[in-house]
Formats: sequence, structure tokens, C-alpha cells
Amino acid sequence: MQRLDYLKETPSQTAGPYVHIGLTPNKLGNPGIYPEDLGASPIKAGAKGQLITITGRVIDGAGMILRDALFESWQADAAGIYPGNDPRGPADPNVTGWARVAADFDTGVWQLDTIKPGRVPFPDGRLMAPHIAVWLVARGINVGLQTRIYFDDEPDANEACPVLLRIEHRPRVQTLLAKKQDDGRYHIDFRLQGEDETVFFDM
Amino acid sequence: MTSNRPVDTGPLYLRDRDWHPAAYTPGYKTSMTRAPFRPLVSLGSTLSEETGPAFGQSMIGELDNNLIMNFTGQPAIGERIILHGRVLDENGRGVPGVLVEIWQANAGGRYRHKKDGYLAPLDPNFGGCGRTLTSESGSYEFLTVRPGAYPWPNRVNDWRPMHIHLSVFGSGFGQRLITQNYFEGDPLIARCPIVQTIGQQKAIDVLVAPLDMNRAIPMDCLAYKFDIVLRGRRQSFFENRKEGL
Repeated sequence: MQRLDYLKETPSQTAGPYVHIGLTPNKLGNPGIYPEDLGASPIKAGAKGQLITITGRVIDGAGMILRDALFESWQADAAGIYPGNDPRGPADPNVTGWARVAADFDTGVWQLDTIKPGRVPFPDGRLMAPHIAVWLVARGINVGLQTRIYFDDEPDANEACPVLLRIEHRPRVQTLLAKKQDDGRYHIDFRLQGEDETVFFDM
Repeated sequence: MTSNRPVDTGPLYLRDRDWHPAAYTPGYKTSMTRAPFRPLVSLGSTLSEETGPAFGQSMIGELDNNLIMNFTGQPAIGERIILHGRVLDENGRGVPGVLVEIWQANAGGRYRHKKDGYLAPLDPNFGGCGRTLTSESGSYEFLTVRPGAYPWPNRVNDWRPMHIHLSVFGSGFGQRLITQNYFEGDPLIARCPIVQTIGQQKAIDVLVAPLDMNRAIPMDCLAYKFDIVLRGRRQSFFENRKEGL
């Protein structure tokens, strides 16, 4: 029999405690190498859509707030088009869609200033609810964790989202919903383990 | 864009979760409170994973992949090495335009980080990070110093083997990967609990960069070759069916 000559994906290793040296050296306090860190903001001035601020924390199974967590976010523009290589065409030029978000080294609180994304189709054409894709790394996380931020003020879209519908244990959907506060502010914690563990995906 | 390649947008191949490290690995103690206990929710990739940000050459400075010189302009101390290789996908194709970022300890095994209290000295001329974009054929290279091994608080006498952290960004957000390369012949590799989070020896072996004397520069530096494989993609629907069919 012939061999299937596919290569294997390079195995992941933890980002470790010093991931900021590599990915956000200026924010860490190691200036001088790059003029600015990549992924400082997912939007530029003039981006269409509702400006929002999302804050949160990353919490481990012992209830400790991680101060060394870093995640990246990736989102569509207000019309639901992704910047870059979206086969459907160009996105709002003032939306880059991608951000690197580091938890505050002292408090562990992170903040993402962006616009609320539009709805993006699932492969079968049904619309997914507005969401931001998240890839989370830290010391002790062996493979980067994929999750999503949804919004609790989009009940109809959430109800119909083919991804959220795949979560059998319905109460767990709540772990993906950023809770609306005031003035376009939302809050969501990522819980790595335990009772209210965040839903993580293999996608 | 000078490339004639079609834009990569097809669905991503499934990740082989048995090939990657498990999340809960008691030998690496920090994982015990940071590993999700519930199964991952599995479903095929969507546009949210198949698309991703693009990085341009204009974002990369001339010395960004030269860790010996990129911090102060004065040379870092240590054994000079070239780390080079290709970024491929699971179909064996070189992937161009991939952002590769690295970070590492200095030649003494000390990181430029306020949390690193190891007694090895900081090198005033070594920042410890670099970045580059892969070429049209998917190749990349860094000039750096060989990082030192260092002790870390896990079991009483655990040491990290010499290693460089690599962060790789393919054309889709779902390809995002952070890994580490190790160096051929290092006896600490087999003793490292972080390396051993990987269950299969074959998977560990692909993280070990061989010495590459053909790429070494005589009287200057040694070289190590490290290829990186990103998730592959299925052919996208629109590539093999005409519109309207």
C-alpha cells in the first residue's frame, strides 16, 4: 500500500511565563527592539460599528487570577467580513480585526477596546452570532486554548448560532457570554478549570 | 502580492490531539490548575478560524531577525548560531509570508524579565526576541546566541534544556501555534517535564533541531535546522466547483 505522506503538525509547547518577552516586549518594559508591539488594537479611527470595551480576567482551577496570561483576538468588521483573506471580499479598511491582549501584570485584569463584530456565516450558510475568536496562552497551558466571546445582549442571534447550539450542556453557553454593563462595556472571565469552566473548542 | 497562489481559505485539517501534549500533565505542575477538565467542544473550522491577519514586510525591521545585534547595536555575548528552516503545511507545501516570532534566554540561561531571578548575569546587549516573515518558499532564519539551560521551580532539581520559543502565525487564526525547539544532543531534553508533556517520542523528536554544518559559517557560527509544520487545509469549496453549480 502507498503511504499517506502528510506531515504532522508541529507539537505545541507551553508559551511559558516569559511569553511577553517575545510577543509584547514594549508592554513588558523591554523597549528598544521594535518601535511598537504588534496587535496593539484591532481597529483604527473611523472604524464602522459600535465601539465597545471588554474587560475580564483569566482564572485557574484554584481560583487564582493569572497575571501572566496573554490572548489574541480575531474578529470580523461590523458587517461580518474578516479583514485579510476573507473569500467574500474586502472588510472595513479601519478594522484590522486582530489584537494581542495581555493581562495587567499586577491585577490580572485585561481590556480589549474594539467594535462589536457583525454576524458571520457558518459553513452551511446559517449565521453565527456576533463573536470574537480568542486564542489563549500562559505558563501551564500546553496547547493554546481556543474559545470565543459572545455578547449577552444578542439573545436572538445567540439562540440561532450553530456553534452555540453544539454545546450540549446548555448552562455552559453562559460561560461564553460577555455581560453587558453600561456605556458599551462588557465583562467576561475565562475560567480554565472547575465549576464554571469556560467552553473551549477544537475547531 | 507577487504570488500566483490562490488565497488559502479552505477548512482546516483536524488537530491530532494525541500528538500534541495533553492539557493535564502532573509532571509539569502548573498545568494541574490550568488545564481544562471538560472535553473540548469539537466542530469543523468556520471563517473565524480559516481567516487571519496578514503581516507585511513593511512591519519588519532590518535587524529584527538578528538577536545578536537588535537590542543595543552592540553584539550579544555567547556562542553564535543560525536557527533556520521552513514553515510547511501538512501537505508539505512551504507557506510564504508567515510571521515567525522567537524569544529565549541569553547565553547564561537568564531571561530579560523582572520575574527571572536566576543568578546568571543579564547580558546588557541581549534583548531576547526576534521576528521575521517567511520567504516565498516558506524559509526563515535567525541569527542569535545559543540559549543557556537554566533551573526552574517544579520538582527540586528540574532544568530546562536549551531552547528557543517560537510563535507562528499562518494564514488562518485556527493555525496559531506556539512551540519550542531544542538542540541536538542536549541530555536535559529527556529529563524535562515540559518536553515530557508530549506523550510520543516521535513527536518530541520533531522538536529537536539537528546541527546543520552545511549552513554553518566557518570561523563564525554553527547552524541548526528547525522546520515547522502548520495545520493543513482542505481544498475550499469554490476552488473545485464553478459558481452556480
